[in-house]
Amino acid sequence: MSAATQDTAVRTGRITRTFIYVVLLVFALFYLMPLFVMVSNSLKPLAEITGGNMMALPQSWTLEPWRQAWSSAQIGVEPTGLKPYFLNSILMVVPAVAISTVLGALNGYVLTKWSFPGHKIIFGLLLFSCFIPFQIVLIPMAMILGKIGLAGSIPGLILVHVVYGVGFTTLYYRNYYAAFPTELVRAAMIDGAGFFRIFWRIMLPVSGPITVVSVIWQFTNIWNDFLFGASFGGQSQPMTVALNNLVQSSTGVKEYNVHFAGAILAALPTLLVYIVAGRYFVRGLMAGSVKG
Amino acid sequence: MRNKIIGKIAVAGALLATTSLAQAEDVEVLHWWTSGGEAAALNVLKDDLQGQGYGWIDMPVAGGGGEAAMTTLRARVTAGDAPTAVQMLGFDILDWAEEGALANLDSVAAKEGWDAVVPQALQAFAKSDGHWISAPVNVHSTNWVWANKAILDELGIAQPTTWDEFIAAMEAVKASGKTALAHGGQAWQDATIFDGVVLSAGGTEFYKTAFIDLDMDALGSDTMLEVFNRMTTLRSYVDDNFSGRDWNLASAMVINGEAAFQIMGDWAKGEFLNAGKVPGDDFLCFRVPGSEGAVSFNSDQFAMFSVSSEGGQAAQGAMAAAIMSPSFQSAFNVVKGSVPARTDVPNDAFDACGKQGMAELAAAASAGTLVGSIAHGHANRAAVKNAIYDVVTAHFNGEYDAATAVEELVNAVEGAL
Amino acid sequence: MAQHAPKVDFRTRLQEWIPKLVLSPSVAAMTVFVYGFIAFTVYLSFTGSKMLPRYDWIGFENYQKLWGLSSWWTAITNLGVFASLYIIICTVIGLGLAIFLDQKIRGEGMLRPIYLYPMALSFIVTGTAWKWILDPGIGIENTMHLWGWTSFEFNWIKDRNMAIYTVVIAAVWQTSGFVMSMFLAGLRGIDNEIVKAAQIDGASNWNLYRRIVIPLLRPAFLSSFVILAHLAVKSYDLIIALTGGGPGRATEVPATFMYSYTFTRNSMGIGAASAVIMLMTIAAIMTPYLYAELKESK
Repeated sequence: MSAATQDTAVRTGRITRTFIYVVLLVFALFYLMPLFVMVSNSLKPLAEITGGNMMALPQSWTLEPWRQAWSSAQIGVEPTGLKPYFLNSILMVVPAVAISTVLGALNGYVLTKWSFPGHKIIFGLLLFSCFIPFQIVLIPMAMILGKIGLAGSIPGLILVHVVYGVGFTTLYYRNYYAAFPTELVRAAMIDGAGFFRIFWRIMLPVSGPITVVSVIWQFTNIWNDFLFGASFGGQSQPMTVALNNLVQSSTGVKEYNVHFAGAILAALPTLLVYIVAGRYFVRGLMAGSVKG
Repeated sequence: MRNKIIGKIAVAGALLATTSLAQAEDVEVLHWWTSGGEAAALNVLKDDLQGQGYGWIDMPVAGGGGEAAMTTLRARVTAGDAPTAVQMLGFDILDWAEEGALANLDSVAAKEGWDAVVPQALQAFAKSDGHWISAPVNVHSTNWVWANKAILDELGIAQPTTWDEFIAAMEAVKASGKTALAHGGQAWQDATIFDGVVLSAGGTEFYKTAFIDLDMDALGSDTMLEVFNRMTTLRSYVDDNFSGRDWNLASAMVINGEAAFQIMGDWAKGEFLNAGKVPGDDFLCFRVPGSEGAVSFNSDQFAMFSVSSEGGQAAQGAMAAAIMSPSFQSAFNVVKGSVPARTDVPNDAFDACGKQGMAELAAAASAGTLVGSIAHGHANRAAVKNAIYDVVTAHFNGEYDAATAVEELVNAVEGAL
Repeated sequence: MAQHAPKVDFRTRLQEWIPKLVLSPSVAAMTVFVYGFIAFTVYLSFTGSKMLPRYDWIGFENYQKLWGLSSWWTAITNLGVFASLYIIICTVIGLGLAIFLDQKIRGEGMLRPIYLYPMALSFIVTGTAWKWILDPGIGIENTMHLWGWTSFEFNWIKDRNMAIYTVVIAAVWQTSGFVMSMFLAGLRGIDNEIVKAAQIDGASNWNLYRRIVIPLLRPAFLSSFVILAHLAVKSYDLIIALTGGGPGRATEVPATFMYSYTFTRNSMGIGAASAVIMLMTIAAIMTPYLYAELKESK
């Protein structure tokens, strides 16, 4: 990070600096608290949770809740744990993210470098499509998926997620490519390079940061979706649906430790994506979606 | 165990590859019984079917007492991809029957003689236009009180038999520093209490006129004012931390001796039994005082959606027959806390509360005091049910006083019709 | 830029068509799956649809019923309270943290993912954790009691008048870090010569930010406003997971209202009418933004 030369740091006194550090740390604690509560309680035996202190560290550490959540908790009629559903989520997320990102990149490229009359209206319509509440599309979507024979399958889920994700990815790439000098593209055209060649040779190599933003955004949204997964997943229900079945259990003792372990397990892939790619995230945002 | 999982992954993989729907010889079952005893009990059914050569494809969607599963169902039916069997309640079944989506089970019903053994009040929700469309798994009833016997003994309280005694008992518990009434503040739980209070304050005739026939005069009557006054009284015995609490956590309060009473359907019994408590010794079950003789019921059923293939129909028939077999009815309901949906099941396997429930169900069925639960969609269609929820829960949370609640109840029901 | 060469050979013609061909799947999908579905919803709002769509025209009846429902008014009021607090608090926290984090802070690389990670979690996770923390019996209140502060009271989630604010807390927790990233990106995009020049002119830090830096962040403000506004209008999951709309119906918002009328109350017509009102609200928020955004770019 070459942040040192980019920041807007001002001269500050010692007291101010201390104050800044304190504020930053207090907020860090605020953001970390729920995660801390979940992790520490997922490592306790159940007896220690009920009646105990939520903020306390485990007295006797145990990984048993994690093992249960992963492989033996009751999800349906069979105690399968979350394990079998993990694969469903992966099979859905990876193609959906890839397809929507590629489409978004191509759309952004067309809308900025090969623009034609009316391109602004198309972009405006695409952008507005990001804001449609998913609950209203459920029934008409079911009709269409049924007609084209994709209901209750992973390809169907991929289609749904691509359709409602492409607005976002187009927005990101379009703003990013808008800042890229059009002269370079013109020059390549005059040299006889075609549409895809220019995209491949000129645009893609500089698209790293915005691709990170797009992938993080799409991955998180698709991985965390419950409504579409429950409605259109059929027998290939994603992990969120299984997690919901686990934590919504309506009878018996509430096994909070298993619930928390399951919740973290289901969130691990997105957390991982954020932590691994997070450092490029601000850079990507900077270069793209909030350009001045 | 391990093999099972690998098998399951293999099945999932095969399904992925073909994206095909359920095989003809399979039943695909949409349900929301994903935890503890319920899931275990359902597993009995699954094994039974597998023993007969029919595969079971599990489609569990938990949440909101089946609300999430019903949304999934809507999407799947709209997509022309209905599951073969779906867990359903009350008027939902009739609504789907009206859409013409359900299969006809008459031949199984005739062969197994369902007409003779299923109570009429229950048949009203399992038949449409005189044809069987679903197989009832159980009969729950909602006007039960569950009590911690140790607390009552300690305070010298006898099992209350009238409303006033009930209030006096709760007053005594409250004075002792414990929570008198364990309750979870969710709309459906408030409404579950309401079931019992209406029966206790107004009796079955009033219950039927007001909530089943939706007579506006009855809904706005002084009896209704008394109903809401009693709800106000009950609210004063609930602890402050009740809002949003799940019902089984409220049951746990009674089990652990933090609270004396809970008004809840008989599924609560499963919690007591799981905790190793013995009916009569550790806990008491009795009807909401003043509502003895009446039973407000709801029944989980499996409705079968039309399938065209013969193999599929055979699988549905086998599943329906398995559900209604006396042995499954007994095994399942012993675990679930409910009573069998057919009256000829021997009561040997049931505990004292179960036996009492079975006897009272039979008596109420013949006396005409078996009424559909308001709270659980066996009195009205979803729109009216939820309109009633709105008022009951707003009143219970202190938004309306009793008089306003009566007024709002009339408005709400009128608006939802 | 499509250019018409005097002699159009096949290859050039193809080159002209490729961009449109590339764009067309997205445009087609959008037309059907977004605008087609919106049209379908608008149509449903004029029908007597109950459990499944029906196509009987009943005029404005659903809208009349909708505006006559006290719970719809509660939902709208709640959205007003929730959205304004959520947007303001997220913006203030996001901007504040971004400015602080931009002061050559040691450990920035550690702090940033900590601020950002809540955005990665799903509503089930967020809901389960926050429901617990806010519950007086097991959460913060209980913890404070155990730590000896016995008079501590924090039972908003159980209080009909305060519960909506707990939704604000959880929602702010989830997205304020994301807003922080957008402002941080905006700050890093500012030419720091401007800042240096202002400092040499003797501007105080406060004035420097108020007069120079914050006005330069206008695009970041705009983007975060749009993202926050649409999240506020769409927020459904969090409320269901945290309060379930309760206590009573105290935290009902239009999104939960619409879901409940469409799916659990079998009144699809009224549900569609409320969806149309929601879409109109979103359009009212978005149109000025879109207009500004599209006018300014080439």
